[in-house]
Amino acid sequence: MTAIPAPAATAATDGPPLIVEHLTTSIHVGSDRHDVVRDISFSIGPRETLALVGESGCGKSMTALSVMGLLPAGVASVTAGRIVVDGVDMTAAAEAKRESMRGDRIGMIFQEPMTSLNPVLPIGFQVGEALMQHHGLTRKQARARACELLERVRVPAAADRLDAYPHQFSGGMRQRVMIALALACRPRVLIADEPTTALDVTIQAQVLALLADLQEKEGLAVLLITHNLGVVASVADRVMVMYGGDVVESAPVAAFFARPTHPYSSALLAAMPRIEGEGGLQPIPGQVPTLTEMPVGCRFQSRCPLRIDRCALLPPLAAVGGDPDHRVRCWVRMDT
Amino acid sequence: MTAAAPPAPQPRRRLSVLGKALRNVGLVLGAVIVVAMIAAALGAPWIAPYDPDAQDVLLVLGTPDSVHWFGTDAFGRDVLSRVLWGARVSLYVGFVATAAGVVIGTVIGVISGYYGGIVDRLVVAATDVLLSFPQLIMGLLLVAVLGASLTNLIIAIAVTAVPAFIRMARGSTLAMRERDFVDACRSLGFSDFRIMFVHVLPNILDELVVMASLWLASAIRTESTLAFIGLSVPPPTATWGGIVREGFDNLLDGPWLALFPSLAILAVMIGLNMIGDGLRDASDPRAPQ
Repeated sequence: MTAIPAPAATAATDGPPLIVEHLTTSIHVGSDRHDVVRDISFSIGPRETLALVGESGCGKSMTALSVMGLLPAGVASVTAGRIVVDGVDMTAAAEAKRESMRGDRIGMIFQEPMTSLNPVLPIGFQVGEALMQHHGLTRKQARARACELLERVRVPAAADRLDAYPHQFSGGMRQRVMIALALACRPRVLIADEPTTALDVTIQAQVLALLADLQEKEGLAVLLITHNLGVVASVADRVMVMYGGDVVESAPVAAFFARPTHPYSSALLAAMPRIEGEGGLQPIPGQVPTLTEMPVGCRFQSRCPLRIDRCALLPPLAAVGGDPDHRVRCWVRMDT
Repeated sequence: MTAAAPPAPQPRRRLSVLGKALRNVGLVLGAVIVVAMIAAALGAPWIAPYDPDAQDVLLVLGTPDSVHWFGTDAFGRDVLSRVLWGARVSLYVGFVATAAGVVIGTVIGVISGYYGGIVDRLVVAATDVLLSFPQLIMGLLLVAVLGASLTNLIIAIAVTAVPAFIRMARGSTLAMRERDFVDACRSLGFSDFRIMFVHVLPNILDELVVMASLWLASAIRTESTLAFIGLSVPPPTATWGGIVREGFDNLLDGPWLALFPSLAILAVMIGLNMIGDGLRDASDPRAPQ
């Protein structure tokens, strides 16, 4: 494999490639404002993977779109907080600056590899296109680099497949191509939104191994969005569980699986199939309340078995078990 | 980790569309007719047996024979030569006007559909107003205002085509805008211009090509109609509609005068519609094989 030269622009800072501080994202319906992400903070260092976990509608994807600056215009917007990517404050930057960051300093891969590639353009062109846009490469140079990139994501016979179209690739191969696309400009941050959900289990493992390998080589900070706790256990360093737009638990991955503390986290784990498990799966009763019906205070209280009167006040994200890295948002479970 | 085996090679999409197209008898036949017409128009200076404007007072309204295959008109001009030369004007106007309409309409439609908002609503309203006029009335109005000349004729016919292509391109772009690959493009930091014209446009091109082939027929018909009522290129320049008009004056004495240019128009119409239908079938993945 040909070596790809290091990025021309070195990191603007030595700090974490991605810092999110007190991010609040809201959906605007008429004059009403509903917070779909409430006051969440995290940072991801090089070679670190943070998993954002929760069921549909919990705010994971909204967090990802906020970080990318791709919230649907006029519908949702970041209403508070700061997002710093590779030393650049994305929330304060002009749209043109954000556009130049996307694809270059921060990349994203999507859930559906079958539809995330343009069906009528050849693979080689699509992989090299970001390099033409951000680094001013000519079509010929971009094509040569596209070939290297496809080899890097282990697409067999890459040189012969540059002129192939997406429908000629299997799902797993397409997700590799998507990874090549997202990493073409050697970003420092990668957001992976359910990257393996649409793939067969055997292919999932291959894609995750490839991602981990590339992350190690490139020093990527990865924000992994998933509802699959098995994937979390195998690749993440830290876990943040979200519910109704709030972070309800944040912990290193080992501590999380050893001692899931928030009632929602325990319920999530109980709902996961296990080989040695007995008594079958335990579904979480009820559903995430709609935006207009969100309870005041702790948002999980409507489905929580441990509910007390104090839950009408939003608990802080507080340390649990004397471990400052393991924090939970629950009056019952937090250290007192 | 072992890489997955590459999927079995499949025929490329373009080839399979071309393959389907070639198996479509109507499409091939239509293409043969239209290509023959275009060749005749381009080759008119060499093919035409006589000067289309040369008059022969001794041979007024001559019946078709081995010397003048299509006969001669009221001025003794060779009708075959005039139909061949007339094809140049009629096809030229049709192609240029349609091309202009497709390009302008598509650009406006894609931009309008992609951005949406207030501009999009204004574009839709304007399009609806323009489309409420029948094509011929609109063309007639414009030529009457601008004056009859080759350029004005092209402008008038192009203007009638623009709203139809705006509507089509806008609708297709609206559907494309929601596709995942457009989000992927945004996540790669591509400019709106690049997303619209490098990514969205190629995806809606097949529909536009089909519609363009049908509009081409329509544009040629409009040109002929305008020529028939005397609002095309001024005489003595031969155009199909104009020759029909001249023939019309002598319909009882020499019906062939109107017949042959009419047949030429008919042949092009049928050819272009066969191409349009054939292309639509060939590019439609749901069509039966």
